[in-house]
Parts: sequence; C-alpha cells; structure tokens
Amino acid sequence: MNANLHLWLIPLLPFVGFVINGTLGRRLPQWLVSAIALVMPLAALAVVFNAFTATASGLPLPCVETCPIAWINAGTLHVNFSFVLDQLSLVMLLVVTGVGFLIHIYSVGYMAHEEGYWRFFSYMNLFMFFMTVLVLAGNALVMFVGWEGVGLASYLLIGFYFQRDSAADAGKKAFIVNRIGDFGFLIGMFLLLANFGTLTFSEIAAQLAANPAWSGGILTVIALCLLLGATGKSAQLPLYIWLPDAMEGPTPVSALIHAATMVTAGVYMIARTHALFDRSPFALAVVAIVGAATALFAATIGLVQNDIKRVLAYSTISQLGYMFLGCGVAAYSAAIFHLMTHAFFKALLFLAAGSVIHALGGEQDLRKMGGLRKKLPITFLTMTAAVFAIVGFPGLAAFFSKDAILYAAFVHGGSGRILWFVGLVTASLTSFYMFRLWYLTFLGESRSQGAHPHESPWSMRGPLVILALLSVGGGWIGIERFATWLAPSTGVRAVEAGNSQLEVPLSILAVAVALLGWYVADRFYRRRPESPGQLAATLPAGYQLLAHKYFVDEICTWTIVKPLLALSRLLLEWVVDVAVLGGLAWLLAGIARLAGAILQRWQSGNLRSYAAWLAFGAAALLIFVFVPWSTFLAGFGIHLSMAGQ
Amino acid sequence: MNPTYAHMLQQEVPLSWYLLLSAVLFCLGVLGFLIKRNLITVFMSIELMLNGVNLSFVTFAHQWHAVKGQIFVFFVMVVAAAEAAVGLAIIIAIFRARATLAVDRIDLMKL
Repeated sequence: MNANLHLWLIPLLPFVGFVINGTLGRRLPQWLVSAIALVMPLAALAVVFNAFTATASGLPLPCVETCPIAWINAGTLHVNFSFVLDQLSLVMLLVVTGVGFLIHIYSVGYMAHEEGYWRFFSYMNLFMFFMTVLVLAGNALVMFVGWEGVGLASYLLIGFYFQRDSAADAGKKAFIVNRIGDFGFLIGMFLLLANFGTLTFSEIAAQLAANPAWSGGILTVIALCLLLGATGKSAQLPLYIWLPDAMEGPTPVSALIHAATMVTAGVYMIARTHALFDRSPFALAVVAIVGAATALFAATIGLVQNDIKRVLAYSTISQLGYMFLGCGVAAYSAAIFHLMTHAFFKALLFLAAGSVIHALGGEQDLRKMGGLRKKLPITFLTMTAAVFAIVGFPGLAAFFSKDAILYAAFVHGGSGRILWFVGLVTASLTSFYMFRLWYLTFLGESRSQGAHPHESPWSMRGPLVILALLSVGGGWIGIERFATWLAPSTGVRAVEAGNSQLEVPLSILAVAVALLGWYVADRFYRRRPESPGQLAATLPAGYQLLAHKYFVDEICTWTIVKPLLALSRLLLEWVVDVAVLGGLAWLLAGIARLAGAILQRWQSGNLRSYAAWLAFGAAALLIFVFVPWSTFLAGFGIHLSMAGQ
Repeated sequence: MNPTYAHMLQQEVPLSWYLLLSAVLFCLGVLGFLIKRNLITVFMSIELMLNGVNLSFVTFAHQWHAVKGQIFVFFVMVVAAAEAAVGLAIIIAIFRARATLAVDRIDLMKL
C-alpha cells in the first residue's frame, strides 16, 4: 500500500527537468524546452493526485517513505532521507505542484521572447524540486536541504536579469537576509538534537506527547530559534526587507516563489513543528505579535506604493502576517487554510499584474496605467475576482480563511482581542490598497502614453481563469471541514467550531471594514481623483514616512550595512589584506633578498675561490665521515643517540 | 750485490708507500690548482690529481688481484685525454678572446 505512492518521484521529476534544461537547454529548440519544463511538474502533480485519491479512498496517513541507505550515521546522530505524506504535506503539495504547474504554463507565454528562456525554466524546475523536498521532509535536516535550496532558486530567479545591477543586488539582499533566518533555524536544529536526540518531526512530537509536563524553558528557546528562521523565509518583521526588492525577478517568479509557495515555508515549518510551539505559550505569543505587527506594518506601506508589484509584495507580507497570527493563536489549520487560499488569489494577482505589465510593454507604475478594463477584459475579470477574494468579499476565498484567523484570535483570550483588532484594521487597509490598485489599473482614463495594450496569449489567460475559479471557490470547503481533516497533523487545538453566535457578527464586522476600505478607495480614486494628492499635501510627514517605507531600508543601510562594510574594509582590507598578508609577503621577500645579498658574495666568478670551496667541502665531508665523533664526544661526556647502539 | 739490498728487492713494497705517494701527488695537484695563476698550470694540476687517483687504483688492483681497478684506470685515462682535448681548445679560445691566461682575470660569470 505504501510502496505504490512513489513519493520520491515528486521531487525527482522536476529535478530531471532541471538537469535536462540546465545542461542541454541552450541547444534545444524553445518548444522542447517548454515541453520538458511543463511535463515534469505535471507528472509530479499527477503523482500528488494519485496520493490524494489514495488517501481519499482510505489510505491511512501519515505515510512514511525512507531511503534504505542511511544519510548520516555518526555516533548518536542518525538521519535518513525520509519523506512524510500526511494531511499537512498533502495540502502543501497540492498547492505547490498545482499552482506551480499553472504558473509554468503562464511563463511559457510570458517569457516567450526573453533571453535565457531555457535558464528560466531550468531554475523554475529546480525550485519545484527543492520546494517539494521541503514540504515532504520527514525530519528537520531534509527540510533544511529544501529550505536552503528554495533560497538558492529564489536567488537565481530574482537575479534572472543579472545584467541589471538592481536585480543582482536584490538577489544578494534576499540571500543575505535569509542567512540570518537560516542561522536561527540551524541553532534550533542543534538544540533539538541536543535535547531530543533526533531531528525527526514525528519522534519529537512523540517525546513531547510522552512527557506532558515539559513546557517553556529550552522549548521556548528552540521555538524562538525556529521562528527566526521562519521570519526570514516568510518575510516577517524584522527580516521582511528582502521581499519587496525580490520583485526585480520576472513576474511569474514573484507569483510562484514570492507569493504562493516559498514564502509560506515559514508558516508551514511552524505548523510542522506545532507540537513544540504548543508547549511554549511565550513563543506562540511572539509568533502572534510578530504576525499581527507585520500585517499592519506592511499594509500601511502598501497604501502609497506606486509600483504595481511592490503593492502586491507588501500585500503578501501583510497576508503572511495573518498566517503567523493564526499560528500564534494555535489555529494552525486556519493558518494553513489561509495559506492555501492566499496561494490561489495572490498568484492570480501577480499573474494578472504580469499580464498588465506585459500588455503595457514593461510598465509597472500605477500612475501610468488606467482604463485597461476594455483593453484587457480577461485580465480585468480575473484580477477583479482576485481583488474581491483578498479583501474577503462574502463567499470568496479570503472571506472564509481570513475570518477563521480573526475569529481564532478573538476567542483566544488574553491579548487576543488586541491582535484581532489589529487584524481588523489591517483588513480595511488591505481592502483600500487592493481597490486603489484596481481603480488605478483598470478604471478611469488611460494615462499611458503611446502604448497599445493587447490581451495576453492563451497560455497566460488560461492559468488566470483557472486561478480565478480557485480564488472564488477555494474557500468553499469551509474551515470546519478543513480543520477536521487536517487535525491529525496539526493537532486538535485548531479552531473550535463552537460559538456561532459570535462568528456571524465578527464576519459582518470584517466585511463592513472591507467595504469601508472600498468606499474610501472609491472616493479617492474614482470620484475625486485629486483628493489623494491633497491628502498627501496636508499630511506631508505621514505621506513621506509611508512612501519611504518608514525609512527602514535607509536605517538598515546606515546602521547595519555601512558599519559592516566599513568594519570589513578595516578588518579585511587593512588588517588582514594589507597588514597580515601584505606584511607576510614583504617579510618573505625581505628574507630572500637578504639571503641573496649575503650569498651572492660566494658567486665571485673567481675560479680559484670556487675550487677552494670545493676542496674545503670535500675535506669537511671526509672529516665528518671518518672522524669517530661518538668516541670523540664521549670523552667530553656527551652521548649521541647513535653512541648507545 | 749487497745481500741486504737484494733481500729488500725481493720483498714487497708496502701498500702504504703507494698510497702515500698517491696522496702526495693528489695534494700537490690540489695545491697547484688553488694557488697557480696560469690556466695551463691549473690544467696540469688537474692531470696530476687524476694520476694520483690512478695510482691508488692500480695499487688496490694489485693488492686484491682484481682487474677492475686497472680497467678503471683506462677509463680515467680516456676521460683525461678527452678533457685535455676540450680543455686545451677552450684555453686557446680564451686566450684569443682575452689575450691572457691569468685565472683571476677570467671572471666573466661574476655577478
């Protein structure tokens, strides 16, 4: 039963695609590159579907597949390549391979005329490989392999247009900021190993279950270390700074890696190790506060951004904050539910934005768009579905998932009400900036000069339509059914479905604030388009603060980057390079020169002096060999080691 | 004939005498090589050293009744002849170029 799932095929197939396209892609015709790049994720998706239908027809979960050859076998440390299929990884796999495959199709159209087509698709397949490894991982070390691998793929794809300095810098920034988070993950793993003696998630959970008294203490430290890793990968405060810059990558990359899948890895990791977090109320509170703070913080920045992709990037950070908030109030199933619906509508938002950018020939500035509703009907309709889905319009995806998180925060007790209120405010801000984007892009008069917008090819419109359907219908499963199904892997402390009298008014309130955001956006950007400028003029300080993203990048540059650069210049350039290495080289040269100056007197060119040295050497050799030194020295009481033999 | 003298003739000359003579010849050669200024004299000193060595070779060959030592002497003679041919040619060339045979003034390889 277990053997015919072939979980190992899920990562392996995209990897084969990566190897073929990465090595031969340059010489293959474009259609073959696309065919290989599309078939491999599709085949992986088929394997996932096979697993899904097997579980639907009664296969008991979790299913564990372990490579028969041990990976690490050192002393007490035993690590295997093990893949685990349970409800949690199944949801993630469906999202990663499903949305991933749709984005691959979209990319065929979007990237058709780009230089390095084969390179793009080999990186995309590489990403799929590492992401599925991350999701399937049965222990923290295998997860770390995937974790680092998606970071690598992300770096390669952000810097896809590496001829542009900004893209290369953004790739480096993402990589370096993620290193800080990975440091936390690593320390967390070391502590897990030291305290549990294993890295396997199920064994850690079993040990925790067997010892109900364990809580706080070292568990809090481990959980906080893992949280640091999660904030890096999922772009939460304080490590969110890389994600807005990551928009330098091609738009399908932003959709796949920086919206739908990779950035949710932090949420997934917390859900995966929830047994640990459950035992540490403090760590959970930190998760919730980080999430709520990030949600609000990023949403306020998103209000005034003018780059269509940056608005969506801040929106992604904000929505990830919701997921962290959900994890922090121990509503893991609600967080994963929001992760899933977010993957649908945020991927759709990015792809639709990509379609707009494609239509306008690379224009990303919202101020130069407008009036595209008639020109791009399919893009307009699908984008509308996504916008209504993300603001939580009744019946659409985020209405179910975001409400589940807000409800869980509200009933959490303690500081939960404050977190709920922050979430509610964020919801209205979300609504405002999404409708602002919608108005500026599609409605009103066209502000683009000389562009002739054209609808995208079907390879791009198809995924948009499918994702639009998923954005609309993705939430219809219902949180109760989803939570019940997910309960075996995320624990039963998920959303308590009880108090329905409270749930309805809370939902109404959430919809009301979303409508309020819409109303304000409508007033600002449709009825009185001059009012945003007036508001910015009356509140210059506030506007400048938001427009410059709270000056976080500048603060980072001046407090961290510049001092670090100065320090490394001092340390590496002047101390290590000039003083140590240069000094060493100078010293060696000096010794050689001095020796030469002394020895060159020997080379007098005088034949008789050479002959004298020769005779002297021969005489010395003879004396050395024939004089009985040991006897001679023994007379002075000196005994050589040879003398004793 | 003086019987004592005849007796002495019948006796073998001791080995050490030969070796002493060989060493004296060799050392004279070394000394000449080191102190003589004329290139040709230096050259002759080398020959003297070679012959000193040759003498010790034949001495031992006679002492041990081994023919190898004699063969070695022939080799040394052949090499010495070849060396004389090449060396004298070089000396003539140097004299043509520098009009002197003083060893101290032939120091072209000095730095």
